[in-house]
Amino acid sequence: MNLHEFQAKALFRSSGIAVPPGELITRVEDAGAAWARLDCETALIKAQVHSGGRGKAGGVVAVGSAREAEETASRLLGSRLITVQSGSEGLPVDQLLMEPAASIEREFYFAMLVDRARASIAMVVSAEGGMDIETLARERPQAVVTLPIHPATGVMPFHGRRVARVFGLQGEPARAAGRLVQDAYRLFESSDAQLLEINPLVLTADQQLVALDAKLAIDDSAAFRQRELFGLRDARQRHEAEERAHEYDLNYIRLDGDIGCMVNGAGLAMATMDLIQHHGGQPANFLDVGGGTTVERVAAAFKLILSDKSVRAVLVNIFGGIVRCDLIAEGIIAAIREVQVEVPVVVRLEGTNAEAGREALARSGLDIVAAADLDEAARAAVEAAA
Amino acid sequence: MSILVDSETRVICQGFTGKQGTFHSEQAIAYGTRMVGGVTPGKGGQRHLELPVFDTVADAVREAGAQATMIYVPAAFAADAICEAADAGIELVVCITEGIPVQDMIRVKQYLAQRPTRLIGPNCPGIITPEACKVGIMPGYIHRRGRVGIVSRSGTLTYEAVKQTSDLGLGQSTCIGIGGDPIQGLDFVGCLRLFAEDPQTEGVLLVGEIGGEAEEQAAAFIRESFDKPVAAYIAGATAPPGRRMGHAGAIIAGGQGTAAQKIAALRDAGAEIAASPAELGAAMARALG
Repeated sequence: MNLHEFQAKALFRSSGIAVPPGELITRVEDAGAAWARLDCETALIKAQVHSGGRGKAGGVVAVGSAREAEETASRLLGSRLITVQSGSEGLPVDQLLMEPAASIEREFYFAMLVDRARASIAMVVSAEGGMDIETLARERPQAVVTLPIHPATGVMPFHGRRVARVFGLQGEPARAAGRLVQDAYRLFESSDAQLLEINPLVLTADQQLVALDAKLAIDDSAAFRQRELFGLRDARQRHEAEERAHEYDLNYIRLDGDIGCMVNGAGLAMATMDLIQHHGGQPANFLDVGGGTTVERVAAAFKLILSDKSVRAVLVNIFGGIVRCDLIAEGIIAAIREVQVEVPVVVRLEGTNAEAGREALARSGLDIVAAADLDEAARAAVEAAA
Repeated sequence: MSILVDSETRVICQGFTGKQGTFHSEQAIAYGTRMVGGVTPGKGGQRHLELPVFDTVADAVREAGAQATMIYVPAAFAADAICEAADAGIELVVCITEGIPVQDMIRVKQYLAQRPTRLIGPNCPGIITPEACKVGIMPGYIHRRGRVGIVSRSGTLTYEAVKQTSDLGLGQSTCIGIGGDPIQGLDFVGCLRLFAEDPQTEGVLLVGEIGGEAEEQAAAFIRESFDKPVAAYIAGATAPPGRRMGHAGAIIAGGQGTAAQKIAALRDAGAEIAASPAELGAAMARALG
C-alpha cells in the first residue's frame, strides 16, 4: 500500500525526520488562507497522487501569491493527473500539499528498502539527488551506494557515518545524516514499510537536512498489525475495477488487450497471459481467482473482466488440484448465467474429474468452448476475439 | 532415491487441528506420507486423525521422532511456528502459509542462518516425492515416480509441469514449490545442489517467474557446476513493470527481474527453454535427449 506524500511527511515529522512546513488543501477556497499561513515568497503546490513523475506532468506548481495559489488549486483539484507511471486515464487529484520553496544548497538521494537477495533491510544512497534513481543506477552505477543493515544489530552509528561520507557532509550536517538514518530505520521497522524514499533529501542554505519529497510504501501482508496506517489508504488512487477486486479478495490487474483471463494461481495466471500472446493475442487482464473456486468468486471475476469493454473473449484456465473440476464447471455455468456473459468463453479444465467437467460445460447450452488442452484453449480464445 | 523427503520421513503438521491442517493432513495420510502427529498449542494429549496432538514441536520431536513439519498456521503466527520448529531441531520446515509480513521473514532467515534446519516456502505448495511422501497442498494423483526433479516458484503452474512430465512418461524424483514470496527459504540454487547429488534425478525442470534474481543465480550455478540437463520456463513475459502479479515477489522493479533477462541467462547457461507453459514437459524431454 502506498501512502500519499503528505501522509508520509506527517509520519516523518513524528519520527524526527525534518520536513518542510506544509498546508494540505482539499478545497479551492482554503488555498488563500493556507498561503497566508505559510508566510513565504514562493510556495510549491504539489498534487497528491500515487505516482512518480508529478513534476513533469504539471502536478508541481510554483506560486507567488494568494491569487496564484487559488488559481492553481482550482485548476488541479478535481482534475486527473497523467504521469509516465499513471496510465492514460491518469489519477484523481483530491488533495494538494503546499510548502514554502526551500533554498537548496545540495540535493541527495536516500532510500530504505527490503533487499531480497540479502534478506535484509538496506539503504540506497547517492550524492546525486533529484533525478530518477533508476536512470542514475543504469547510467552511473558507481554514484549509487547500497548499505545493507544486518537484522541482528539493526542500524548502527557507522551506517550514519557511511551515509554522511557518501553525501560529502561534515560537522553538524553529518551528524544530522546519522540521526536521519536512525529515525528512518525506526520508522521503517515500526511501520512494516517496504520502501521509504526521500528524493530529494536536501541540504538547505542554513545547513539543515530536509526531506523535500517523501514516499512510503507499507507491506500489504502487515495490514493485520498496521490497522492505523491502512486506515490512511486512498482507494481512489487505484483503478476502480482493481479496487472492487480487492473487495472480493481477487487479484486483478487491468492490461491493454482484448482477451479476458480467469485463472487459479498467480504463476499459472501469468503463464496464461504469456500463452495468449504466444498465439498472437493480447491479454486484457491478470486475474487469480485463488483456490476456492466458488460460484460467488467466479461470478465476481466475470463481472470484473467484463467491466472492461474492450474484452472480446474470455479464457478460463483452471487446474483443479484438489477441487473437483465437475464442481468448478457447475460454478462457471451458474456464474455465466448470473452475469449474462455475452462474449465467447473458452474454458480449459484440468485435474480431478476434468472429463465430467468438460461434458457439463458442453451440455450447458451456453456459448462455451470446452478446450482439451492449454494450447487449444489459447488458440480458441485468440480466434474468438479476432 | 529422492531429495529431502522419502517414505521414511516422519512428518508432523503445525496447525494440525485447524481446517486447513486437518484437510491436508488427511490428504497426506491417504497418499502414504508417514505422518506421526501434529501440533496445536493447548490441545496436547488429544488425538486427531488417529494421531497424537502435541502442545509444542519439541514434544513432537521427543515423543514422535518428528523430522519434517508442514505449517498451516495463520500468517500472523507463521514466523513463530517456523522458528519453533527450527529450535526443536526439525530438519525440514515446509511453510504453506501465504501473506507473512516480509520483515518477519527477514528475522526468520536470520534465525535459520545459524541452524541446520531447511525451510521450504513460505507461500508455497510444498514438496512431494511421488509414491512416497507428500508434504503440502499439491494434488498427489498427478505425480508419477520417475526421472525429473521439478523446482518452481508457483503452485498450479507446478502442477502443470508435473502433469506434463507424467503424461510423457518421464515422471518425477521430487517436486519442490519454493514459493512466491520475495524472501524465502530454499531457493533454486539450493534445490539444484540437492538434485545434483541425487542419482534418481536425471534432469531438472525449473519454473521461474518475474521478480528478483533467483533465476539468474540459478543460471550462473548451472553454467559453473550443474552437469544434469535443465529445462526452464519463466512466467510473466507479458506482465507490466511495477505491478505485483499476485505473488508478493513477482514484480519487475527498476527494470530488473524481467522474464527476458531471466530467459537469456538460463539459455546462456545451456538450459532448454520452454516457449510456452504448454511445452514444459516437451522441453524437459528435449533436454534429456
